[in-house]
Amino acid sequence: MKRKAKLALAALLLALAVASCLFGVSRGELKTVHRKASTVCLECIGIG
Amino acid sequence: MRGKHIAALRKAVQAGWGVLSNAYVTGFIKGTIYQGPLKNFCVPGMNCYSCPGALGSCPIGAMQSIFDARKRRFAFSVVGYLAAVGLLVGRFVCGWLCVFGLIQELLYKIPVPKLKIAEKPDRALRYVKYAVLLILVFALPFFWRDSLGIGEPFFCKFLCPVGTLEGGVPLVLLRQELRSAVGFLFRWKLILLILTVLASVFIHRPFCKYLCPLGAFYSLFQKISFLRLKLDGDRCVSCGKCEKSCPMEVHVKSDPNSAECIRCGACVRSCPAGALSFSGGAWSMKDPAGGLAKKK
Ligand code: SF4
Repeated sequence: MKRKAKLALAALLLALAVASCLFGVSRGELKTVHRKASTVCLECIGIG
Repeated sequence: MRGKHIAALRKAVQAGWGVLSNAYVTGFIKGTIYQGPLKNFCVPGMNCYSCPGALGSCPIGAMQSIFDARKRRFAFSVVGYLAAVGLLVGRFVCGWLCVFGLIQELLYKIPVPKLKIAEKPDRALRYVKYAVLLILVFALPFFWRDSLGIGEPFFCKFLCPVGTLEGGVPLVLLRQELRSAVGFLFRWKLILLILTVLASVFIHRPFCKYLCPLGAFYSLFQKISFLRLKLDGDRCVSCGKCEKSCPMEVHVKSDPNSAECIRCGACVRSCPAGALSFSGGAWSMKDPAGGLAKKK
């Protein structure tokens, strides 16, 4: 693939990635992440 | 001399980022974890959110926690965020902003004879990280539920040595009630951690090469990311120094934007002809310590 085509593809995918990120944020995914990350994750530390 | 500067710059960025992203000192004193608003956001590298010092969230853990939220929700925010990072810089994060990568590099500095895995098995083993990403991070946390309808973060629970090192070991040492809850799973994960540490003494970044799902994810964008390694064929004198210097055993000449390249810059600084450079969109960089130069 030519460099310009790669750049165009990357730009298109970047726009999609940003849109995906914003969509996730808009439906409250950050809250889920925060809830999980602000209590000790027993699975992560090998207890639960 | 210049090459040493790049290496020093990279080490400083790695260490500085490691300290900055794990600066919750109270956690290490009291055996607690940070619960403030920064935990809404993921750091770009592997950094367990149960590390007493962690200020941000681990993207791989965050992804699984969203999948696991009963309703089989896809983690649009985290996947989008990681894809954006991958599209911008590829595996630069692995080389410059991953604490666990730095720890493995430091272990590899221990002066003992190093292990060189033959090319064929080495290349085959590199695919294991994609299986880890697909099965333990995506498929099982998304689809599997127990009889109560509860899912599991399979990668965190059964494999991740980062969680054991950064979260498990310090918290178990600091908190009596966790110490008394230690069982088979903790021992299993401790064995995996010890094996990873031992392997890191003999092999350069074994976890990154063979198992890391985050590196696997970023590598998917390596061929089209804005930040790229550029080889000027007219300048190249085919001395092979770049490939000899590459700690990830990339075939720099034939595949400079290999999925395995962590953008460490070792090849750029080793090239006597200045044939290698980093470039991205409107700028290029001959030597990361030499500053940015506008493209002609
Ligand atoms: S190809 Fe160059 S920048 Fe990439 S990992 Fe190897 S030495 Fe580092």
